[in-house]
Amino acid sequence: MDTMSPVERVLRALALTLVVVFFMFPIFWIFLMSFQTNETILSIPPSIVFSPTLSNYAALITGKLQTAAGTLDIAFMRNLGNSIFLSVTSVAVALVLGVPAAYAFARHKFKGSEDIAFTLLSFRFAPPLLVLLPLTQYFQWLGLSNTYFGLIWVYQLICLPLILWIVRGYFEDISADVEYAYRIAGHSWFATFRKIALPLAGPGIAAAGLLAFIFAWNNFVFALVLASADKQPVTVGALAFITSSGIQYGQIASAIVLSVTPTLALALYAQRYLVEGLSLGAVKG
Amino acid sequence: MASTATLRKPASGFRISRKMLPYVLSLPALLVCIGILIPFFTAVIYSFQRYRLSQPWARQFNWGENYLNFVTDPAFWNTLKVSLLYAGITVTLELLLGLGIALLLQRRSTINNFISIMLLLPLMIAPALAALMWKLMTNPSFGILSYLASLIGLHDFRWASSPDTALLTVVLVDIWVYTPFIMILLLAGLRSLPTQPFEAAALDGVPRSFVFFRITLPMLTPYILTATLFRLLDSIQQFDIIYAMTQGGPGNTLTVFQVEAYLNFFQSTNVGRSAALLIILWAITYTLSNVFIKNWLRLRERARGEA
Repeated sequence: MDTMSPVERVLRALALTLVVVFFMFPIFWIFLMSFQTNETILSIPPSIVFSPTLSNYAALITGKLQTAAGTLDIAFMRNLGNSIFLSVTSVAVALVLGVPAAYAFARHKFKGSEDIAFTLLSFRFAPPLLVLLPLTQYFQWLGLSNTYFGLIWVYQLICLPLILWIVRGYFEDISADVEYAYRIAGHSWFATFRKIALPLAGPGIAAAGLLAFIFAWNNFVFALVLASADKQPVTVGALAFITSSGIQYGQIASAIVLSVTPTLALALYAQRYLVEGLSLGAVKG
Repeated sequence: MASTATLRKPASGFRISRKMLPYVLSLPALLVCIGILIPFFTAVIYSFQRYRLSQPWARQFNWGENYLNFVTDPAFWNTLKVSLLYAGITVTLELLLGLGIALLLQRRSTINNFISIMLLLPLMIAPALAALMWKLMTNPSFGILSYLASLIGLHDFRWASSPDTALLTVVLVDIWVYTPFIMILLLAGLRSLPTQPFEAAALDGVPRSFVFFRITLPMLTPYILTATLFRLLDSIQQFDIIYAMTQGGPGNTLTVFQVEAYLNFFQSTNVGRSAALLIILWAITYTLSNVFIKNWLRLRERARGEA
């Protein structure tokens, strides 16, 4: 490995450059596009030299789009707000429900625990529409169609298994002896859970929460099926926006940039947990 | 008096027995999930019914008819073909690319670590939004990729709007989003391999192709299997990228299972056929996921045992 010929060194560098260009270029290009007017975007050949404009972002934030045909209302900021609200609330609910369950699965081998854990995990791999399509009818009967409550409940399908499996792994890694010692000193199980287990698994819980947030934010099909325009997150909203705004390509690009910035920022912040979380701890070690 | 009694820690009247505790702790999570199992069984019932939203009065059990009809239904065979083709092509290419990139980045260095973090970014973008990004880049009138294609002589290259290249285009987006997933899994695997066999091979002057095929690959196999099955399970169910890019079109070029089921439900309002399609997809993923979970548990146990 250490004895690389110069030719090999050059080839490796070349291959890596190609890889970086392929994976980074789309992000770079859409970012540039979001600062361009439609005239610049439509000019041929495309150029990376242009005078940047903030008009696309201004139009999205004020919600007023000036077109030749008149002023068009755009509700994109509302989609952004929905995304934030749905993701944050869903993760909070999943943490409250999932962390105690993860603790139970990690500490107590009770009857049926493995079966239950597997059933929960299998939700991660089932086709989402199989549940969503019948759910549209149940939601109509229950009056949950197009409500935040209904959406947050369904979002548990993504968040809960993720939190359960990652956090369970972290609890299993904590030696149970520390907890026994604390309990023998006369503390209740709840005090042990709160004072010993929770702080020790803290980083794992935070990582699982961040990942669940990213997954909830990036979800598309749940809201596509169950939400109308006023409750839709950015993933669905951006698609509708393309249809409604016609040829306002600059605004579409800036809408995409605003939609992906939160997850990209979180990913960079929490990157060292990503491998473990994405594989549900499959490659731990 | 009464208040001091309730303040004392093990409140005797309201004490959860040790045996019940785990059930109590996991009950809320279970209840939420049972809410999900009900629609699942409803879907099974739908799949055995003649049920169209446009003719609710004609709803009745037709038992296996929805499934039997698939045998002679060219649209179903097209769905099966496109789904398998999509999953097969994406996973194969992503595996080869991901392994290649992981090998390039294997040695720990500042630049390699930086690149591996950068490569995570496409994976963090919502697949539906990634599809929109590529849609802008492949737009016939201003897309940069259409322009680049014209530079190499491919004038009027239509990308996702032509039946000939639609599959290629969505596969490209899938590769862009998910190759980093395989890459980081295999990179983690490569970096966790014991160093002794490689040192011994280097001392003996064993050729590098031999080291790769006889030492690296076999030791990496559990990671490769995990990554492949994980991707296969997602890829055969792909909806977001294809729906955001082409809605299953042009024509029925890209009507994979979930897209076809979605269109059946909402456009042709044929609930019975839609549910039957999803049950077949579920059977495929259930089989795959059982294989996957077994393999994964073995890997997990091994990782724990060695740690």
